[in-house]
Amino acid sequence: MSQYQLDYLDQLESESIHIFREVAGQFEKPALLFSGGKDSITLVHLALKAFRPGKFPFPLVHIDTGHNFPEALAFRDQLAEQIGEKLIVRKVEDTIKAKHLTEQKGKFASRNQLQTFTLLDTIEEFGFDACIGGARRDEEKARAKERIFSVRDDFGQWNPKLQRPELWHTYNGKIHKGENVRVFPISNWTELDIWNYIKRENIQLPSVYFSHEREVLEYQNALIAVSPYIQIDENDKISTRRVRYRTVGDMTCTAAVASEAYSIDDIISEIIATRTSERGETRIDDRFSEAAMEDRKKNGYF
Amino acid sequence: MDLLRFLTAGSVDDGKSTLIGRLLYDSKNILIDQLDAIERSSKNRKDGTVDLALLTDGLRAEREQGITIDVAYKYFSTPKRKFIIADTPGHIQYTRNMVTGASNADLIIILVDARNGVVEQTRRHSLIASLLNIPHVVVAINKMDLLNYDQAAYNHIVEDYKKVAEVLKLNNVSYVPISALVGDNIVDASTKMDWYQGPILLDYLENVEVKSSVNLTNARFPVQYVIRPQTEDLHDYRGYAGKIESGIYKKGDQVVVYPSGVEATIEKIELGGKEVEEAFAPQSVVLHLDQDVDISRGDSIVKKDDSLKVGQDIDAIVCWMDEKPLTVGQKYFLQHGSKVVPAMVKEIKYKLDVNQLEKITEVSKADLNEVVEVKLKTASPLAYDAYSEIRESGGAILVDQTSFVTVGAALLQ
Ligand SMILES: Nc1nc2c(ncn2[C@@H]2O[C@H](COP(=O)(O)OP(=O)(O)O)[C@@H](O)[C@H]2O)c(=O)[nH]1
Repeated sequence: MSQYQLDYLDQLESESIHIFREVAGQFEKPALLFSGGKDSITLVHLALKAFRPGKFPFPLVHIDTGHNFPEALAFRDQLAEQIGEKLIVRKVEDTIKAKHLTEQKGKFASRNQLQTFTLLDTIEEFGFDACIGGARRDEEKARAKERIFSVRDDFGQWNPKLQRPELWHTYNGKIHKGENVRVFPISNWTELDIWNYIKRENIQLPSVYFSHEREVLEYQNALIAVSPYIQIDENDKISTRRVRYRTVGDMTCTAAVASEAYSIDDIISEIIATRTSERGETRIDDRFSEAAMEDRKKNGYF
Repeated sequence: MDLLRFLTAGSVDDGKSTLIGRLLYDSKNILIDQLDAIERSSKNRKDGTVDLALLTDGLRAEREQGITIDVAYKYFSTPKRKFIIADTPGHIQYTRNMVTGASNADLIIILVDARNGVVEQTRRHSLIASLLNIPHVVVAINKMDLLNYDQAAYNHIVEDYKKVAEVLKLNNVSYVPISALVGDNIVDASTKMDWYQGPILLDYLENVEVKSSVNLTNARFPVQYVIRPQTEDLHDYRGYAGKIESGIYKKGDQVVVYPSGVEATIEKIELGGKEVEEAFAPQSVVLHLDQDVDISRGDSIVKKDDSLKVGQDIDAIVCWMDEKPLTVGQKYFLQHGSKVVPAMVKEIKYKLDVNQLEKITEVSKADLNEVVEVKLKTASPLAYDAYSEIRESGGAILVDQTSFVTVGAALLQ
């Protein structure tokens, strides 16, 4: 490669930093939606590159479902403290109480649907006009069509038929009062790009991403962590396995994968060898329907 | 490893989705569960084959209608390169989506159904490729299996297309005969077309030079954000954050700030928090100048040269993207780099008949998906380049002043 040619990771990084700075330049009150997973940790790392030595022009916001991995929560707090940025946490639990929401029932009752309520309330509480998220287009077919600046109406809804054309690197963030924009700086990264970047930049991650021993329930070929949030029945097969997580969402709906990966290099080798997609392998919530993600996005989910 | 962004264009049913599915499938970039899902969906098909097109037809409406209606981005990589594909719809009513997908592309694959040859859509897609200055064009002549891999038919289409390329002044055009359905000449060389000596599609995609899409001669830098920590130890820190659109910046370079016209010297360049001697497009950096100039978002720091234009009267080719027509006298926001200025349409010079490639004069409006050349008057001076010279500094969008929707792509002249 010649002197003035950028490696693909540098190109992706530069594109993402540019998007971050567009958010800072175009919006009054942005927020970075921080989930504690590798994608949002990568976002934080990119934001550091975009704004240091200045402070972030936005707080980190975590919508806590109450079903998170304790390791991820501890990591979240530690990271926010280490970089000295503001962290806002809003709990789905509180929204459920305040709004008398009905919780999903069943074996792996998920709060994914309810999370949307808390998110929209939080947006309203702080008047956020842009929410930065770590979604990637390679994750899922519906995401593959979403813009980097994705306008949502007052109900947080996404209308796939009325997306603004997005040309060159020009992002149109003009909105009316009540609307807000979801911004996805790592849209063009793949799972493997993220891992290669984490390795290159030596980004620290919560321990659940690496192989560890865990008590899991085997259910339809998925390994679900034993936790107080799932229902365990008599006939369930429970065992202690060496596993890691490929995505870190709720304990109720994120499956672990059997793994002997103790380092980032090990993880990268496993991912290259795997023939299953990230969501397919680890998100049991997407398996319900082929259009699952699209439906949730339309309703204001990230 | 570097990165190639390309888009696929062609009429409906020319086989775009199948081709992309084939590229992903044969290069082993499709995972088992994704394949399971499309196999399940394909069950409804009568012939029982797997429909690779389902990999890219993402949204439900499309699944129902069986057509691609929006730009879908797909990713795959080989040991040589990472690829980003913009899969765009072929119908004329989706020209705007194609323009969107084309705006960032280093290369376009124009699909031609070998049975139909060069058709109106081929001309329109080629026109867009030419307007948007896509550096490389690959004409993929598809469905060769339906013509018994006939060389004469292929040659005939190539000759036809050469005429289009000449009219449109398209450079770097390559041709490849393929069958997306069967997989001929896409990832694996065809055994049925020995008469074809050129590279197969993936080889070409892996080896075509991408550097030519980046201009390293003229230096342009729109300021996105000013970093001013104003803490005790960084009291005087004032950094201009942005992405270099084109060219190279070195410490000590003389620069001009627009629109003020103030001259200054680059004192420091930071890349990812580290000081560097030089930086180049498309890096995101922080620039520091030797004097305390008043610079804010929307200003640009450039190295002065002959191609830079500064002014308020700007000619632009506009691809119109809104239901409400563009009319003379109407005002819009022009968003160019990090700058947004009100702009009025003073005159429509002509409309391009995108199918016949002819200019039609005396038009009063542009409807959705039409292409016109207009004279714009901006409320304040803009520093810009001709789109044909520097894509990043010649491309702008028009935004409706009340709905805030992006209504047009403006290629400044
Ligand atoms: N025989 C043959 N059929 C093809 C080929 N490529 C695509 N098709 C078929 O043409 C139809 C349209 O293809 P599709 O990929 O959906 O076209 P799109 O509308 O351009 O995305 C489908 O029935 C494909 O199976 C080819 O190379 N040979």
